[in-house]
Amino acid sequence: MEQQEEKPIIYTMENKPIVTCAGDQGLFTSLYTSLAQQLPREPMEWRRTYGRAPKMIHLEANFVQFKEELLPKEGNKALLTFPFLHIYWTDCCDTEVYKTSVREDMMRWQNSLRTHSSADWVIIVVETNDTKKKNKTNILPRSSIVDKIRSDFCNKQNDRCVVLSDPLKDSSRSQESWNSLLLKLRTLLLMSFTKNLGRFEDDMRTLREKRTQPGWSFCEYFMVQEELAFVFEMLQQFEDALVQYDELDALFTQYVLNFGAGDTANWLGSFCAPVRSWSGLLLRRPIDMEKRDGIQRGEASLLDLRSYLFSRQCTLLIFLQRPWEVTQRALELLHNCVQELRLLEVSVLEGALDCWVFLSCLEVLHRIEGCCDQAQLAANCSYTVGLWAYATDKLKSLGELCGLVLEKGPTSEDLNRTVDLLAGLGDERPETVNSLQSPYKKLKEALSSVEAFERHYLELSHAAMEMYRAIGRLRSARLVGKSLAEFHMRKGDPARAETFLQEALKSYVSEGWSLPVTHTRKQIAECQKLLGRTDDYLQTSALLAGDVNLTTEERKHFCQEILTFAGISGDQSQKVTLSMGVFTQLTQLQFHPATASVHSGAVLKVELTLRCLMPIPVNIQQLVASIHFDVDHGGTHGRSKGTQRQTNQGTIEFTQGNSSVGPHSYLGTGPALELDEIQDRSPSDNSLNSTGVVCKNTHLLMRRHDSNSPLATPNCVSPPTVAMKEGAQMLKVQDVTLKPGNNSIVFTAPSGQPGTYTLRQLCATIGEVQFVLPHIYPSVQYEVYSQEPQLTVEPLAEPLLAGLPQMVKFTLLTGHYTVKKGDALQLSNTDTMPILPSSTCTARTHSPAAELVGENILSIQSSEKVTSISLPPTPPYHTLEFQLEVLCIIPSGSDRPANERLTNGEVRHRPRSYSHPDTPMTAIDQRMSIDCPWSIYSTLLALTFYIPFKTKHSLLSAGNRKYVQVCVQNVSDVSFTLAEVKLTEKQHASLELQSLNTKSQQLLCSKHSVFCLWEVRWKEDLPLCLQCVFSANFSPFNQDISAFKPYHYQFQLERVTTLYSVRAEIVPPAGEQQCRSGLLCGLEVCITRLTEPAEGELAEESKTDTDGLKTTKLMYEVADSSSNWAVCGRSSGMVSMPMTANATHKVQIEVMPLFAGHLPFPKIKVLKYLPHTAAVAIQPDPDSCVENDSLSLLDKTLDDQADTASIRSRGSVHSVGSGDQQQKGVAMPRLEPFSPGQVFNHTHARQVLVLPATDDHIMEVNAT
Amino acid sequence: MAVCIAVIAKENYPLYIRSVPTQNELKFHYTVHTSLDVVEEKISSVGKSMGDQRELYLGLLYPTEDYKVYGYVTNSKVKFVIVVDSSNTSLRDNEIRSMFRKLHNSFTDVMCNPFHNPGDHIQSKAFDGIVSGMMVQTG
Repeated sequence: MEQQEEKPIIYTMENKPIVTCAGDQGLFTSLYTSLAQQLPREPMEWRRTYGRAPKMIHLEANFVQFKEELLPKEGNKALLTFPFLHIYWTDCCDTEVYKTSVREDMMRWQNSLRTHSSADWVIIVVETNDTKKKNKTNILPRSSIVDKIRSDFCNKQNDRCVVLSDPLKDSSRSQESWNSLLLKLRTLLLMSFTKNLGRFEDDMRTLREKRTQPGWSFCEYFMVQEELAFVFEMLQQFEDALVQYDELDALFTQYVLNFGAGDTANWLGSFCAPVRSWSGLLLRRPIDMEKRDGIQRGEASLLDLRSYLFSRQCTLLIFLQRPWEVTQRALELLHNCVQELRLLEVSVLEGALDCWVFLSCLEVLHRIEGCCDQAQLAANCSYTVGLWAYATDKLKSLGELCGLVLEKGPTSEDLNRTVDLLAGLGDERPETVNSLQSPYKKLKEALSSVEAFERHYLELSHAAMEMYRAIGRLRSARLVGKSLAEFHMRKGDPARAETFLQEALKSYVSEGWSLPVTHTRKQIAECQKLLGRTDDYLQTSALLAGDVNLTTEERKHFCQEILTFAGISGDQSQKVTLSMGVFTQLTQLQFHPATASVHSGAVLKVELTLRCLMPIPVNIQQLVASIHFDVDHGGTHGRSKGTQRQTNQGTIEFTQGNSSVGPHSYLGTGPALELDEIQDRSPSDNSLNSTGVVCKNTHLLMRRHDSNSPLATPNCVSPPTVAMKEGAQMLKVQDVTLKPGNNSIVFTAPSGQPGTYTLRQLCATIGEVQFVLPHIYPSVQYEVYSQEPQLTVEPLAEPLLAGLPQMVKFTLLTGHYTVKKGDALQLSNTDTMPILPSSTCTARTHSPAAELVGENILSIQSSEKVTSISLPPTPPYHTLEFQLEVLCIIPSGSDRPANERLTNGEVRHRPRSYSHPDTPMTAIDQRMSIDCPWSIYSTLLALTFYIPFKTKHSLLSAGNRKYVQVCVQNVSDVSFTLAEVKLTEKQHASLELQSLNTKSQQLLCSKHSVFCLWEVRWKEDLPLCLQCVFSANFSPFNQDISAFKPYHYQFQLERVTTLYSVRAEIVPPAGEQQCRSGLLCGLEVCITRLTEPAEGELAEESKTDTDGLKTTKLMYEVADSSSNWAVCGRSSGMVSMPMTANATHKVQIEVMPLFAGHLPFPKIKVLKYLPHTAAVAIQPDPDSCVENDSLSLLDKTLDDQADTASIRSRGSVHSVGSGDQQQKGVAMPRLEPFSPGQVFNHTHARQVLVLPATDDHIMEVNAT
Repeated sequence: MAVCIAVIAKENYPLYIRSVPTQNELKFHYTVHTSLDVVEEKISSVGKSMGDQRELYLGLLYPTEDYKVYGYVTNSKVKFVIVVDSSNTSLRDNEIRSMFRKLHNSFTDVMCNPFHNPGDHIQSKAFDGIVSGMMVQTG
């Protein structure tokens, strides 16, 4: 048994619940070791009140000898010294001994327990075999002692007396007995805990509820609840212990908040006392008794209380293996303390809190470092880094306060302050005295000298930055870097500062935070100025001068910095070159003229719109745009290409992709894709070879983004390497003043040589400073072209009508040629298209900009061969326009004069007419040959005219009488008046053509026709062939008679004379008055020769019969195309006609009407039959085929009547109709139709009445 | 109530930032910018565990001695940051949440405006009004 009761209670981990032992001390001592060992071996489940979760708990105990003083007096709240269980040990086995001494001892023990109302007790009776054996004879059975004890003491609580058998023997019985004893002890201990702690907690709650009463003190309550925490800690229930402290923490925090809200508690007064000590947290002791005493006495300051609370929480968290939570809580605590002190308006020496926070941060970090392995530390870096940064921050402000960051060192005032601050730190704690790196030592050292401060501050800053970087908090790292930069600046070390500033700036620029950008840039400017880096400084100044986040005064200052530098005429030959984007922005470029394409030598103006970002007007000595020149090899072709590309009316807008602080500067994908469609066409026929899409700004898009191009980072260390290209052509203006905002500057662009001019760079020079825009993008080009003179002739109105005077427009593009006085166009005259002389022919001259610059009367001289048009003098690249009236003579027919030679020796091209697919009119191409003064070659031009009419003729017969009909169709879109219609015969004077036309003038509307008729009268024989000329005068409708133009149409009529007349009669069947449908009737055909044979006819087709009579063979054919008639028997046959006048041949044919009504006569055809001897092969007439078909149809209807002759005839006809090339050579008999007019058919259009069949009673009526 | 409210685009540039008092504007810009570190940290850690059903409210990003910085991230990665004075202890987490929700609603309205170009600075008066309602009223 240990003599522990002598020692003061030390609040350490060694605390165990106290168990008192009474009775046989010797017995207990012998069992103590195994008891103390075995008790905690197995866990017990501890069921808790208030619904708290049950816990498995390993019980330990501190066994002490029972003493009356150990029992707690009434009202004693101490829990740690509270005996939770009282044990009475005895090994008495003798009844007598029991009765005499042991029982009384037990009674005394019980009484003293009862007076202190302690019910947690147990009596252990130890039995050994030895004792049993020894006293075997004179003792009662051992149970009787136990029973006696039970009956004496354990009133209905039999479990309060336990038997331990053979404790020192190693037998199963002994083990069993031990186990049950231990179980009992554990159960009883837990019961005691539950009961006593429950009671304690109830008391504590009651006390807490009294907190609104005036006399209540937080410190008292603190002690009570902490007692509970201690007990939990003692039971190794750290979680529960921590809860107690957290509750206290929250309670206190709430009081402070309530204080802030005006609800003051009296006891808070002690915490509002001025802070006198700021020695920081102390986390190395499990319990800081010094502070605890202070709290107990009610003398603790707020910082003391907080420090103590936190140190306890920290201890418990470390027990719980959650060290990172310490750092997290530490940061909260430190922030909170600072706030609470402010809220409670506690007076604190300036800087004292900084000291406290600094020390505390470091203390926490040290403490954590000690109990965590490195991996764990790294994993929770995000918490620790906050402490590092906080400490850094505080040290910095301490340094500022104590004058340690100034270049000249601290003043005496600063030193006094330092001394005061150091005084508040007190002495170093004994725990850390031997440690070289204790927070206390660090702070003391840091405040002691400028050098030490710098060392410590840099060390801390770098540590914080490293950690931020390690966990990827780059922005935080840069912010620390920035504050480090500020420190370096104060120390007069701009070189080191700039690195940090640049890094920070890069991040702000890249993320588009304009305010930090401006602020950082200002600091950088200061750096650069101190470092004497003029280029960079000026660049930064330019950026700042244009920064809208600054005040106008600041901007003016930076602008003035640049101007001042520019004004100093430096000896150095090298001018300072800066990026233009920061100074002024090119927003728009405009070409005048807008096509950006001029002929060489013309004036081209380029207007730049520059948005000046400077706050004041700046005078620029020279503004230059350099030009890249490409010789254009495409000749005049280049012009169209140029105009195609320059869309948007010659205005190019520049989007500001490189504005320095805009939110979009670095974001997104950079410049947008600029795509163009390209089409590759074949030069010969303009057909498409290939097509595709090209990206025009690949050079911007494909650029590596990490490269430090001067445009991308206007603030980068190296100056932008932009240089003006020497020797290039330039647009230049001198002495311009750029006002803030938009400025318009006009350049006159060089346009000497033809080619493409690309604007490359822009450079503004102010004294020694040059602002350069290294690339003008999108690229700006203009073209200078040189053009050959060009003459075109085009109709004034479409279409040009032949036969009428038409206006054509001559357009002369002078190109590079200057038309001098006396220059003339020589037009070769042609018969078919004379140029009509006109008195006033005006030429208009247009400038390239399509402005009318002059009007001149042209003088036109016509000679026999040539029409000469003298041109007015015209400057180059002008357009000369005039109109001429021409007439295209309509070719009258087939007559074709021999080819003529033109004046220039070329073969005259006969105008050839052809039909045009777009119009029903016949087109004629007229070629013109013009000699121009600028070329030795003639210019050939073609005009297409259209003949407005289509004319057809036909021969009509009435027996022997002949008529000629001419049909004039107007196919144009114009209406005409037709007058003096005339038909003449050229060869036969005796012939008279009598006009049957009544009107002298006739309107011929568009798309309409006019028919004219003449009767042919002759005195002698009618000639075989008539050469006729139809002529008429026409003019567009509504024009006077003078405008009438002649129109001729020649044609030829052949075989005009009527050779045969065909008559036919239909004879009704016998006994009938009329024909009836379905009944056969006779068709009598009578063919009569009317004239004596002409000479040609005799030679051609007659043959001499054996009887000397000249005959010709004719074939007749009866056909009915409309299926009205059925021909029965022979439908065709051959007749041999004597070639004398009035020779007649009659044929009888049987036909049957198929319908009733007035039926037209069946058609009777007479054809020439040429025997096989005939030499001339005539192309078969397609018509015969058709008739052939109708013939077969006729056959079909009479299917049942087999007629061999008909078939035979058909076969012959067929052979003629389908006669092809092979048959041509073979001498076959052929059929040839007569020319119209040679056969006159009297039955044409005759009808015969056919009655219906008699038995037809049913009539079908179809009403539709 | 808040002392600074910021809306930050997906690409981390500010779409809207307002603070009271105005003389501290720069400091708030720095604070909000730095808080993006923690926002990104939280997004990446949340993204791993939760998938798409993530909580938009990021909670307290980090406390400083004087201010508490809260964060919120929309599904389109637009960040809202509210800075509250540390001494203002009456604000509970729920109130901060509801402030963010209000802000998000108003922001959605701004985005719904067909004349607003997403990615531009927010210049909506309605949004401004909502923000003003959440800011500390200083005399």
